[in-house]
Amino acid sequence: MKQLIVFIKKEFLQVFRDKRSLLLLFGLPIAQIVLFGFALSNEVKNSKIVVVDYSKDAVTSQIIRKIAASKYFNIEQSMQSADQLQAAFKKGAIKMAVIFPANFALNLQHTGKASMQVIADASDPNVATTVVNYVTQIVNSYNGQLSSLSAQPLQIVPEVQMMYNPQLLGAPNFIPGVMALVLMLVCTMMTSVAIVKEKELGTMEILLVSPFKPLYIIIAKLTPNLFISIINYFIIIILSAVFLDLQVKGSLLLLTFCSILFILTSLSIGLLISIGAKTQQAAMMGSLMGMMLPTMLLTGFLFPVENMPIALQWLANFVPSRWYFIIVKQIMLKGLGIASVWKETLILLGMCVLLFTISLKKFKIRLQ
Amino acid sequence: MKILLFLLEKEFRQILRNKQMIPLLLIAPVIQLVLLPLAANYTIKNISIAVVDNDHSTFSRELISKITASGYFRLTGYTAFYNEALSLVEQNKADLALQIPVNFERNLVRENSAKVFIAINAIEGTKANLGGAYLASIISDFNSDIRINWPAAPAASDPPQVAVISSYWYNPFMDYNLYIVPAILVTLVTAMAALQSAFNIVQEKENGTIEQINVTPIKKHIFILGKLIPFMVLGIILFTLGLFIAWLLYGIVPAGSLLTLYGSLIIYLFAMLGFGLLISTYSSTQQQAMSLAFFFILIFNMMSGMFNSVDSMPQWAQTIVQTFPTSHFIKIMRMVVLKGSGFSDILYEIGAMFVIGLILNTWAVLNYRKTTG
Amino acid sequence: MQPVIITDKLTKHFGNFIAANELTFEVDKGEIFGFLGANGAGKTTAMRMLCGLLTPSSGKATIAGFDVYKETEKIKRKIGYMSQKFSLYDDLTVSENIRFYSGIYGMNNQQIRTKTAELLDELQLQSEAKTLVRELPLGWKQKLAFSVSIAHDPDIVFLDEPTGGVDPVTRRQFWDLIYHAADKGVTIFVTTHYMDEAEYCNRVSIMVDGVIAALDSPSNLKKQYATDNMEDVFYELARKAKRKAD
Repeated sequence: MKQLIVFIKKEFLQVFRDKRSLLLLFGLPIAQIVLFGFALSNEVKNSKIVVVDYSKDAVTSQIIRKIAASKYFNIEQSMQSADQLQAAFKKGAIKMAVIFPANFALNLQHTGKASMQVIADASDPNVATTVVNYVTQIVNSYNGQLSSLSAQPLQIVPEVQMMYNPQLLGAPNFIPGVMALVLMLVCTMMTSVAIVKEKELGTMEILLVSPFKPLYIIIAKLTPNLFISIINYFIIIILSAVFLDLQVKGSLLLLTFCSILFILTSLSIGLLISIGAKTQQAAMMGSLMGMMLPTMLLTGFLFPVENMPIALQWLANFVPSRWYFIIVKQIMLKGLGIASVWKETLILLGMCVLLFTISLKKFKIRLQ
Repeated sequence: MKILLFLLEKEFRQILRNKQMIPLLLIAPVIQLVLLPLAANYTIKNISIAVVDNDHSTFSRELISKITASGYFRLTGYTAFYNEALSLVEQNKADLALQIPVNFERNLVRENSAKVFIAINAIEGTKANLGGAYLASIISDFNSDIRINWPAAPAASDPPQVAVISSYWYNPFMDYNLYIVPAILVTLVTAMAALQSAFNIVQEKENGTIEQINVTPIKKHIFILGKLIPFMVLGIILFTLGLFIAWLLYGIVPAGSLLTLYGSLIIYLFAMLGFGLLISTYSSTQQQAMSLAFFFILIFNMMSGMFNSVDSMPQWAQTIVQTFPTSHFIKIMRMVVLKGSGFSDILYEIGAMFVIGLILNTWAVLNYRKTTG
Repeated sequence: MQPVIITDKLTKHFGNFIAANELTFEVDKGEIFGFLGANGAGKTTAMRMLCGLLTPSSGKATIAGFDVYKETEKIKRKIGYMSQKFSLYDDLTVSENIRFYSGIYGMNNQQIRTKTAELLDELQLQSEAKTLVRELPLGWKQKLAFSVSIAHDPDIVFLDEPTGGVDPVTRRQFWDLIYHAADKGVTIFVTTHYMDEAEYCNRVSIMVDGVIAALDSPSNLKKQYATDNMEDVFYELARKAKRKAD
């Protein structure tokens, strides 16, 4: 036991001696949380659009005014004809074009119906659907004004309540996701590279021939990383509370416990990578090229897991950050207790124990 | 010039000799390109909904069956009380809760107006927005249906209506693969180029071979060029492989000219490799190079509009994003591959990437010192 | 004889630490000049300044007639260098390493072919031409590194502890290569820990705490310190050091 403490002390000394790396370890997650928390959102707004009005009457200018007043759109320019549309779309200058045919108001008045054309750039389907929805809503509310003049019968009025995030901000969704992403990648990478470095330098051999238990070596190697990651976790929690107004609604203790579990799981993955990799370069490519994109996509904060094909949903179940992401949302945003996250917590615990045991076994094999 | 050839020969020999790296460099990206587009699907379907029908009327049943028949929604709870439905939302078992209150039908008929209550889990903005919009449009359809079929309704008073006819250009079937595959390809090329170039010089530093290079009369820019070109070639190979997979698996054929696409790729790689080299000149260990490269690559990936729209970001963030070569290249990819934009359409993006690349590379050359102070 | 290395009060300090203090000496063409000193005495710093890897803090020096401040790139055409940190690419083969280093000094393919054959012949490594350097024994790597460092026929070659960690027989063979090069007129500037190697030099300088404490031929030094081996001379000087070895 005393040996272990000495060993852990040495690891801490080494980590804290390299000031530049330390700065990176703490500074980077902070910068990322702040940047992502403020800048990212799923909301589509300020979309640049162009309006082509062949009619130029009272009705079209009223609808255009409504569109212009919406925060969702920035009317870039008014085109005289639709001929330049193709060019504008190809330049990527606009996301949508709204075209009013000639005699718009006249048609509306006489036939009771007028059609406007909306062309969306569907090279980004999500934005396209959303902007078309927005315009439709605006036009519907205009129709509502028209029809209220002639009293519609049988009106169903939906009353909508947006729970947990009434303003539909991006941060509540992204912060848990980024927390999961950053903690996982940083832990995995730090651990795998730190151990492979000892291999490359040959110091690992010395440790392995010492009477030290392999378990102790692993514990000593992981402790500083665990410590740094926990500090990072608290920094993220504080930053989101102070800057992004996202306080932990549920139990901080529970969230911290789950986070430590998640950190340990990520450290174990790093350990496993380090056992397979021969060079620092391979370890890094493994933990970055191999993990960054799958973690980003399969965690579920960019794309809902339920929408994926069954095979990928199944695959996503093996990504620890997927479970952690759910836990953070439940505890931090919804303020729920252990009753609602026990399943996810157990899964993380299982992953952690399994990965750690495998790495320990593999580590022992190297000894003989 | 002749010296450059010797450098290139050496770099290529080293790259080809490293048996663990080639698979990591080429095969891992290919697997990701095959699998991940399946994950990146924004098409919102299977929205789970919990319904509380306190009315048990013909109308309420019709409305519910219309919702479940729409294909967007999956009925995951049918509860007696609104609170129970809300707790399903809490437990993530439902994304939305819909309550049809008592006397819904009666109010509708007698008072010409009735309310329904919808609660949406708004943590995931997209899902909330789209789910809410779908539900609203189903309800409004239902509303028109009953109006038409309701004999007592005054039939003649059809109010004037403005109709919206929408068309979706460049991707009429709203195929998400068209959107996501080019982006994933860019991510992979980015990671490969930036990481490899960031690592390479640092490796020579750690091995001590850089010292031997520094006592030779080799020119700095030649040396840097010798490092740039091999990874540029690798990047082009990876990109080509990716385009091929995109065609084979997803049927994506660039609408624009390949010449434009590859021209932009080369300028993009020039910028990203310069970025990697700059990192390597600032790092003394592979660990440092890696942490730095990781930091920036994650930011490039998250903020360059791969999965989120840059236009929706706050102005300060948009300004920052302008300095990321990745954001310009993603834009170019989507424009050339999907819309068939030509060289003149992407002039601004190409120019921006070139300027950024020039700055990064010049910085790297200046910061690489053969003689230390 | 014309001096090819001339230094005048050459000094380098890192912050408050003076690594090399007012070094003044000359080395003649074709001479084998030994540079001795305990660990941390400043040998490597001095050598790195002469090679143009490190800018001096003050003092003057010219290498092959070129100034160490302004003409480092011209110096680099005239010198070869072999560092204690072994500097061949170990994932390239023997002949690939020769080809690469000759190539970046501007030789053409014809010259490189001739040079490669010549070197392999001299080192008797013909059969290992296609072996990865990683797989060679240390002694062979060192001989190869030396040959590569003089492949472009430099005026001066700087060797920084070239023979660390190999057996006496291999060291002897290494010195045969050095003599052979010196015979052809290459000036050899070598740092070493081994006192038997010091005996092979025409002249040696011994650095203590960043200054040159003695500079003469081995025989004169032995005479001066009234002993029959360099070991004693070195010990006599080095124990006066106040600076801690690293």
